[in-house]
Amino acid sequence: MIGTELSRSWAIFWKDLLIEQRAKAAFNAMAFFAGLMLLTFGFALGPDSPGYATGEETLLQHLAPGLLWVAILFAGQLAADRSFQLELERGGLDALRVYPGDRKALYLGKLLATLAVMVMMEILLLPFAGILYSIDLWPKLPGLVGVSLLATVALASTGTFYAALTANLRARQVLLPLLMFPVLIPVVLAAVKATGLVLHGDPMNELASWVKLLAATDVLFLTVSTLTFEYVVEE
Amino acid sequence: MSIDRWGRVAGWVTVPLVAWGLYLGLIWAPPDAMMGQVQRIMYVHFPSWIAVGLSYTVAFVSSVLYLALRRPGLDYMAQAGVEVGVLFNTTGLITGSIWGRPTWGVWWTWDPRLTTTAIMLLIFVGYLLVRAFLEDPDARARVGALVAIMGYLILPVVYFSVRWWRTLHQPQSSPSTVDAHMVVALRVMMIAFALGASYLMSRRYEIGRLEASVEQLELEPEAGRG
Repeated sequence: MIGTELSRSWAIFWKDLLIEQRAKAAFNAMAFFAGLMLLTFGFALGPDSPGYATGEETLLQHLAPGLLWVAILFAGQLAADRSFQLELERGGLDALRVYPGDRKALYLGKLLATLAVMVMMEILLLPFAGILYSIDLWPKLPGLVGVSLLATVALASTGTFYAALTANLRARQVLLPLLMFPVLIPVVLAAVKATGLVLHGDPMNELASWVKLLAATDVLFLTVSTLTFEYVVEE
Repeated sequence: MSIDRWGRVAGWVTVPLVAWGLYLGLIWAPPDAMMGQVQRIMYVHFPSWIAVGLSYTVAFVSSVLYLALRRPGLDYMAQAGVEVGVLFNTTGLITGSIWGRPTWGVWWTWDPRLTTTAIMLLIFVGYLLVRAFLEDPDARARVGALVAIMGYLILPVVYFSVRWWRTLHQPQSSPSTVDAHMVVALRVMMIAFALGASYLMSRRYEIGRLEASVEQLELEPEAGRG
């Protein structure tokens, strides 16, 4: 039984990626938007105000983890929104509802597709941030990838949950961030702290507790969203 | 007894209890040794959070039950819980801010307790906003219930995550280290606020019921005439 459900999820995941591969609408908009935000932060905060924190790093280098995750959070909201907008345009969600089987499979498929698009965007965004803010990312890559993946799962799972919930509403684009962002505050906080510790060093060994928090939020979001999803998409 | 009847009883008990509690807190109890008269706002501030906890818990439980049973009454109860919770959440933040200014020297600080309670307010204001955009009563109740459940479950995580910062808010005082007069005054006010919140929730529940029947009449004017 689980095999059938998983293959359903896989079919939805694959369908979404295929649409994305042909239209590239979500990915292009998101990547451009996130990149633009990183640039705007640079202009807003002053590109080379030096010696802010330790006397060695620039202001932008010091703030990079926070700026990066704000950009990813905003762009991720676009990805989640897009994922269900896609289904509304030609009544796709109604079609998905009448398919037999568990709604949990639908959630998983949608989540994986959003996750994939976000990860692709981050693959572009991280080196871009490294170049813009002149941070050497190579030696820190494993830690950075781990933290990013954990945080992105939390962003994508809540994003998918709330996007499905608000899909039919008139004020969808306003309401989605209003509902999603407050709940995601611990994720952003932990992601920023963990990224900062990876980039700037971790003298007090604090990284593990933030990573644990990220893992715990992932588990909580995934459990609650999966269990309640049948109520989310019911008509 | 019905919710309406219970609510009225709670309301009638609240009035003298608040008066008595205010007398105990403002006149009978001694001023704080360190903070002086400023500390007396605690008799309103802390009971507000008791009311918040009670109201949001009512909203959460009603939401879970609504998804399981689909009784409209549970939705009115959930909405009542969130609205009353948002009210006391706001007064709690405002009284805290008024107390913080002379005590800490700032109106607002990024302390875990303050940050968490502000996030809590945002989550449940989101609940009220999203409801305002849904006209279909069933969809409104269902979406609201899901927002309330997710919001309530995430609160402990938010709380513990921000708590790891160094904290400025004082830890809860233990009754054994506080003057007995203060404890009595605080207890009375806590009970008064819990009853007051219950009264307000019962009124909001009744309003929800009436709103629903008005909505029903607007949809089917014929039914009302019969």
